[in-house]
Amino acid sequence: MRRVRFGKYLAGRLLSWFMVIFIGITFMFFIPRFFPADPVEGMIAKILSMTSLPEDQVVYIRESLRMQYGLQGTLWQQYLGFLKGAVRLDFGPSLMNFPTDASSIVMRYLPYTVGLSLVTTVVAWTLGNLIGMLAGFRKNKKSSVVLEYIAIFIYPIPYFILALVVQILFCFVWRIFPLTATIVLNQGAARFWETLLRSSILPACTMVVVGFGWWVISMKAMSENTAEEEYVRFARLRGIREGKIATSYVFRNSIIPQVSGLSISLGGVFGGALMTEIIFQYPGVGQLVQKAITQADYNMIMATVSISIVSISTATLAADLIYPLIDPRIRFQ
Amino acid sequence: MKKVWKHAGARFRIGLVVTALLALSSVILTLAYTGTDISIYNSFRKNLPASWQHPLGTTALGQDTFWMLVFSLRNSLMIGVIVATIGTVVGVLYGLTAGFVGGAVDRVMMVVADTFIVIPSLPILILMTALMGGSMSVAPLALVLGIFAWAHPARHVRAICLSMRERDFIQTARFSGEGLFQIIVTEILPYLMTWALSNFMNAVLVAIGQESSLAVLGLSSAKLPSLGNMIQWARNRNAIMARQWLWVGSPIVTIIVLFVALFMLITGYNNFIAKKRGV
Amino acid sequence: MIKVDHLTASYKTLDGNVVAVEDANFEIRDNEIFGVAGESGCGKSTLLKVLYDILDFPLQVDAGRVLFTGEKNGQPFSLETGGVRKAWWNHISYVPQAAMSVLNPIARLKNQFLDSIPPEDRGRETKEQTLDRVRAYLEELNLSSETLDAYPFQLSGGMRQRAIIALATFMHPSVILADEPTTALDVVVQRGILMLLMKLQKASRNTMVLVSHDLGVHYQITDRIGIMYSGRMMEIGKTVDLFQNPKHPYTAMLIDALPRVGDKRQRVGIPGSPPPLRNPPPGCRFAARCPKAKDVCRHDAPAFREVSQGRYAACHLLEGEDA
Repeated sequence: MRRVRFGKYLAGRLLSWFMVIFIGITFMFFIPRFFPADPVEGMIAKILSMTSLPEDQVVYIRESLRMQYGLQGTLWQQYLGFLKGAVRLDFGPSLMNFPTDASSIVMRYLPYTVGLSLVTTVVAWTLGNLIGMLAGFRKNKKSSVVLEYIAIFIYPIPYFILALVVQILFCFVWRIFPLTATIVLNQGAARFWETLLRSSILPACTMVVVGFGWWVISMKAMSENTAEEEYVRFARLRGIREGKIATSYVFRNSIIPQVSGLSISLGGVFGGALMTEIIFQYPGVGQLVQKAITQADYNMIMATVSISIVSISTATLAADLIYPLIDPRIRFQ
Repeated sequence: MKKVWKHAGARFRIGLVVTALLALSSVILTLAYTGTDISIYNSFRKNLPASWQHPLGTTALGQDTFWMLVFSLRNSLMIGVIVATIGTVVGVLYGLTAGFVGGAVDRVMMVVADTFIVIPSLPILILMTALMGGSMSVAPLALVLGIFAWAHPARHVRAICLSMRERDFIQTARFSGEGLFQIIVTEILPYLMTWALSNFMNAVLVAIGQESSLAVLGLSSAKLPSLGNMIQWARNRNAIMARQWLWVGSPIVTIIVLFVALFMLITGYNNFIAKKRGV
Repeated sequence: MIKVDHLTASYKTLDGNVVAVEDANFEIRDNEIFGVAGESGCGKSTLLKVLYDILDFPLQVDAGRVLFTGEKNGQPFSLETGGVRKAWWNHISYVPQAAMSVLNPIARLKNQFLDSIPPEDRGRETKEQTLDRVRAYLEELNLSSETLDAYPFQLSGGMRQRAIIALATFMHPSVILADEPTTALDVVVQRGILMLLMKLQKASRNTMVLVSHDLGVHYQITDRIGIMYSGRMMEIGKTVDLFQNPKHPYTAMLIDALPRVGDKRQRVGIPGSPPPLRNPPPGCRFAARCPKAKDVCRHDAPAFREVSQGRYAACHLLEGEDA
């Protein structure tokens, strides 16, 4: 009886994880096939615009492209083939780095994006909730009103706009950071970490600043509401000291919805990371996507998008699994 | 509206005034514009500084920056409004259907909606727009953005439906022989309107943001002047490197002002609704 | 002993003061269960708040004071309004209305016990040693010690209220204030809670003040009872005497409205409603609804005084009985 609810919760989350990935991948299979644009013909037009080829070679290229894009056979056969490939993360070769497998290139870039997103999310979440909690506690103080307004001002601005502003200010106006940072891979670990850190600072700051606004706003509202709860009032009447009430009663109860908010926000954070990377030319998935788009590397786009969906859903699942750890009402019944 | 203005806080008023000012002025100015197509290169001398003739100077492509900005703002707002309309209408209908039909249909519909809520939208939008090679016109672009705009309102409308279905006045209407459709139109829609309005404004904000993101990737409608495209064009021509701040800065500032104003409008309106319901 | 000395308390509002308790002047003795009864809005809960010194805006004391004197563990103590907070839970504790939401929903009960025990009381004890004392205490109250490992949502309403009472009495306070402790519970559970309160009072011989709108509750456990109406104390006396022989017309009508076993007579409530607390009319507050009201009742407020041995009331009609 005690564990039934938790099992149900876990099963629900796993099912939703699976469904998101499945529907997402299925979506990706059908989109190109129902869109008026044909990537193969697009590619051929591009090749023909550069060189002229005899007709039999065009036919040959068309056939081989169809094969590499998995466009042979009936729709059903193509779909099964695509699913089989997707399970093994095989989306065919990258055309701009032929014949390297597209997903292995994505996997090389992915850690940078995941690292950036993860670190900035944790920092933004922690900072935002701390500030929001303080603002909620001192809701009539001037400082907390000012803080809330700053948060309201920053939160709605899209990631890449803030990234542009930060870039203009720090790279052009004040010239504190170089315009493009490169990560040096082949001169030892110390040099690697140094260059990684240097090229991560601006994108990371941008993402923290955009990310934390929401946590400030929501945590302030949440802790204000919690402070009015009867159990907080009764805790005061029990003579418990304010510090204890703030931590064990107000904070612990307000943080619970913030954790579920975290799992909801992860998709947006990943998208924000892509945009921020492109602006700062940070070597992550975002840059890869941009390159793949400009070079019409269709397999590469499929691979990045699919792997993005899998990583985001997995991160969301992980955040959802933290939830029962802090909310006993989900653990037991 | 007068009542809302009177009772909602300063946040709402500032948001409303700034948003209305931006929207109205862009629409009126574009209607009043009589010059040549603002996108045409070399209409004027390149890189002119600000003057009475060109309030924001000219671009490195010889276009008038001010008029470019005005048209971009109008187009961005238009995309936002179209996407928000699609999302709100589809979402409300979907949510109403799920909420009132119930049973297995409801469960299946909600699994689909939930998937659309959690599926990361940007990567899929990238895939779709990349296939079109950035050659979409406004309508298909808005349709594509609309794919991710309906699921949130659908879920919310369904929740409202479920709670309303049990309320007395709905039951009374049912027993008095009113048809389901009539109940929805006469009893539930008015109640939904306040919520739908807030959702609509939020969807405008999200859609403009998404369009601008795609523009930075070079995937928005390629020839359409929009705030995102304007930034992207300036970036492509190294406007930042060349310190042409008016060109690259004016759309950035406009986006920031528009987004903050819209957000203030939305939160101010939501606070007002909450206060009115006595929550 | 609790001495309520000409106490007047009011709520500050934009439209002026709402006087919720006016010139309350009486004593609550050691080792008794004192009940405060009256319709909702009569000021009984406000009185309890002032007793417990919960003077948060907009509630304030305009005149008078409350004085607590007594002894705990052989140490005499005395507390006065404004300084009661430092003795909260140790000398004086508070049992709220039974509700889901008075305990932290995400903390096990044992942690909520530990939160409430002041560090001086724990001394050098380890957590487990303190919890052992709590366990022993719970068993005295016939509560399973497993309760300590539960979260509030895992307990039934009655169990939760028992746990809250255990929480409020663990420090053996000299005074326990209970605000409608059984109101939200069903009758069977209610009876169990009342018996528990009575047993606790008998065992530790402390003072208990019980506020309830339900005269049945008062009849079951209180020793003495005070009847309030529109911010004023109307009558105080031994519960048994008061039920058998009410002196004040209001008390008489309240008791007459109670259902009795085997009596099929239709019960009628008291017609009319209490006067507004903002700018109340002069004279006796009950005059407008009192069937026996005379002219003087509408002009002069009657004094609250001892009308017979241990019996206090505020009514002009009782003038003649003065000995």
